Amino acid sequence: MNTGYILHSSCWLITYAFILISINTNANETAERTLNERTLNKERSGFYFQSNNTQALQNDSFANPGLLWVDSGQQWFSKRPDNITPACQHCHNQDKKPLVGAATLYPQYDSTTKKLMNIEQRINRCRTQYQHQPPFPYESNELLSLTAYVSNLSKGMPFNVNITDNEKPFFERGRDFFYQRRGQMNLACHHCHEWNAGKKLRGDTLSQGHSNGYPIYRLEWQTLGSLHRRLRFCNTGVRAETYPLGSEEYVNLELFLAWRANQLLIETPAVRR
Amino acid sequence: MLNARISVPTSAIPGEVIEIKTLISHPMETGFRRGLDGEKMPRNILKHFQCTYLDNVVFEAEFFPAIAANPYLTFFIKATQSGELIFTWTDQNGKVTQKNRSISVQP
Repeated sequence: MNTGYILHSSCWLITYAFILISINTNANETAERTLNERTLNKERSGFYFQSNNTQALQNDSFANPGLLWVDSGQQWFSKRPDNITPACQHCHNQDKKPLVGAATLYPQYDSTTKKLMNIEQRINRCRTQYQHQPPFPYESNELLSLTAYVSNLSKGMPFNVNITDNEKPFFERGRDFFYQRRGQMNLACHHCHEWNAGKKLRGDTLSQGHSNGYPIYRLEWQTLGSLHRRLRFCNTGVRAETYPLGSEEYVNLELFLAWRANQLLIETPAVRR
Repeated sequence: MLNARISVPTSAIPGEVIEIKTLISHPMETGFRRGLDGEKMPRNILKHFQCTYLDNVVFEAEFFPAIAANPYLTFFIKATQSGELIFTWTDQNGKVTQKNRSISVQP
């Protein structure tokens, strides 16, 4: 009787073990498949590839250091450069020409220069044309602050750039830049950010290279930086020639990146490693 | 005057322990790094932080070159009565940035 019971229960144990093993392998396969889907087929913000601590810092509505620039951008936005010229706020307020959602539409074709224009350049256009002031230098604290403030107004909204006939040639040049091998290492953007996204590059995890959080606070820089600064950093990393901040090449690439990130939500100011 | 963010609860009950958060924009340049021209970048840091509540110093901190840029401090104090909190940051040259927040303490 006793032996029969033991045999019976051990049979069940073995069956349980088999079931458990098979569930386990299935779970492993599913985990692997979802990882591949995530990294290869699905667009993921750079946020996804950060450590928990960095993600927490970005989500903290007080401690996110990028908010210091958003705050000072707001001050610049409401400050008149002198007694005669109006502040940004005079033209852009809740009643007329609000800038909520504006950041989702840039870079955009500009009919006067017949070139693409990103937000930084659009802000400087307003500054020279309507405020009659010298433009802010690229990467200056003032321009970074204003860009951070204006982009922050679109936080949580998806990128929505339009590629019309006007933008098309620039878009194609941007796309070619992305797939063009360059530098001593002979690498194109897509080698890291499409083929190997989600894998490790030394201590860092390669992101998909989306531009939905710019300007970003990079812990390595210890300050806020523009997308073009990051692009120069990438180009230096593969030992390629860098282009100047605000150059045509980078603005074209910026349009391609915005199009690639089209369904992703704007996170400005994002925090990255 | 540096750009600072301060979080203090607007109201509290007497004896309540409240959390104070501060964040200030400062490069905290160590003085050990070299710039693109190869020259040492001069040290530029905040040296001291102080928080007073009802004219008593309730929290004080001394900063050194190893503190990261944009120092973020968070600490707890016990709310006793309504009054003003004064936050003072002093840099290495004695330049002062001061901000204040008031809190109402009622049972």
